Amino acid sequence: MKKISTIIQKEWAEVFKNRLVISTVIFMPLLFTAIPLVMLYFTRGASSEELTSDLPQQFFQICPEGLSGGECFQVYITSQFMLLFMIIPLMIPVNIAAYSIVGEKTNRSLEPLLATPITTIELLTGKNLAAVIPAVIATWLGFVIYIIGSWLIIESPDVLSALLDPMWWIAVLVLGPLLAILSVNFSIIVSSRVNDPRVAEQVSAVVILPVLAVFFGQIAGLFFINRSLILLFSLIVFIVDIGMLYIAVRLFQREMILTRWK
Amino acid sequence: MIITSRLTKIFSSGTDDGALAVDDLSFDVREGEVFGFLGPNGAGKTTTVRMLCSLIAPTSGTAIVNGFTLGKEDQQIRRTTGILTEIPGLYDNLSAEFNLRIYANLYEVKDVAGQVEKYLRLLGLWDRRHDEAGTFSKGMKQKLAIARALLHEPPLLFLDEPTSALDPEASRLVRDFIAELREEGRTIFLCTHNLDEADRLCDRVGVFKTRLLVVDTPTNLRSSVFGRKVVIHLVRADPQMASDIQAMPFIKEARVIDNKLLVTLDDPEIHNPEIVRQLVASGAEIQYIGELRHSLEDVYLQLVKNA
Repeated sequence: MKKISTIIQKEWAEVFKNRLVISTVIFMPLLFTAIPLVMLYFTRGASSEELTSDLPQQFFQICPEGLSGGECFQVYITSQFMLLFMIIPLMIPVNIAAYSIVGEKTNRSLEPLLATPITTIELLTGKNLAAVIPAVIATWLGFVIYIIGSWLIIESPDVLSALLDPMWWIAVLVLGPLLAILSVNFSIIVSSRVNDPRVAEQVSAVVILPVLAVFFGQIAGLFFINRSLILLFSLIVFIVDIGMLYIAVRLFQREMILTRWK
Repeated sequence: MIITSRLTKIFSSGTDDGALAVDDLSFDVREGEVFGFLGPNGAGKTTTVRMLCSLIAPTSGTAIVNGFTLGKEDQQIRRTTGILTEIPGLYDNLSAEFNLRIYANLYEVKDVAGQVEKYLRLLGLWDRRHDEAGTFSKGMKQKLAIARALLHEPPLLFLDEPTSALDPEASRLVRDFIAELREEGRTIFLCTHNLDEADRLCDRVGVFKTRLLVVDTPTNLRSSVFGRKVVIHLVRADPQMASDIQAMPFIKEARVIDNKLLVTLDDPEIHNPEIVRQLVASGAEIQYIGELRHSLEDVYLQLVKNA
């Protein structure tokens, strides 16, 4: 454990000297938390029935019973942006891992590091946690701010209850960390092939595309996120995580790093 | 400290038979010696060091490092060896002290603060301990990297080109420190292009070009490649003098160049008095006499050329 915590301390000491990383870790969660809160604020008075005329018909099927059309509209609009909480755990690790691994490559600091008695698993775990922990903390803090903000803004207890559906708790507490793990291991795989942190970051950012597809799919009314979908996504991401972790461990072998990572 | 037997490394490219980097390497490094590993660029020196530090696995062959078997006891090998890589590979954004603390923890050093302070002081970096490593000169970075390799007090130290890219002053500092480490009884495996450095520091050298060409002391290598030569400076040299000396049974070759008589023989300590007596008897006036010393560079170039 001491070696893992040493790697985490080292990563944070290095990575958080980079302004771009700091701004991503701080401002992105704030921005993504602010968007649904702003939407909530501006749809606060939406009670007239005509506002609901633009909603996809399917949404009314999942709109919680007892809500007025205007309240349904508020839940609908805000729910669209809840997926932003799934982008935070994807984006932050991309940033941290890209700088941490490509930085090691360009500094040529991996060889002395690998010559120590640290195991591949310890090293990879340290690097993973160093990227995942800030992402998860930022996501959770953002969600806490969102909960407090919702509580202050929303007047109807039914709307508050609909927006704080257990589905979103599962999404933030379970799917979020799984997405962060996916993101960091994807970044490790990408970083093993490039020598510029910015390139690594840009290529690794591809990992957010599936979440964006879900985001736009929902806006287009193709489907709506529900508990079953969140659980299904969690299961899929969990399986993909295992595959990614397997590839990352293979790529992180000493010989592979020293002879193939260019 | 190191015993290798038929150590071979082939890098597989996946498309052909692979590149042979190290071929059938068998040698030993004794406890407390400085062993110079010499060879041209691309000879496989760094690959050999990486294998011996259990960073990469050999394709075939065996090695025992510090009593531990390569491939079976790799963690123990890493615990008991220190390595200075060709490029220091420091964390430039972190302080010198933090750089060392990271490695002290990874090497499971018990007294982290004490060891870090010991080596920062020993290498004259204590006053700069809070400065980022990126602000250091090349020589200071190299010293910091050496400190990093020594934190866990390894009995065996691998130094890969420790003075390359350093100015003469910094090179000297590093060389002096290596000499001190030898005095402490540490075993040092020194990869270098600097043959003068190898000549000064190494007890034995191995000349290597994918395979090991020869291992011996620098002095023995000189005599085995070029033989031992004595230069006798005369007031006036006469070709007849060379003929007279050549006639002596222990002389391999004698020839006159300007006013110097160049004599090749096996054992000058024993035969020089006899040569001097012969020359004086034949009327030669000797100004002074000395051994012609080939540089290790001459020896190395000769060996590599013939490889």
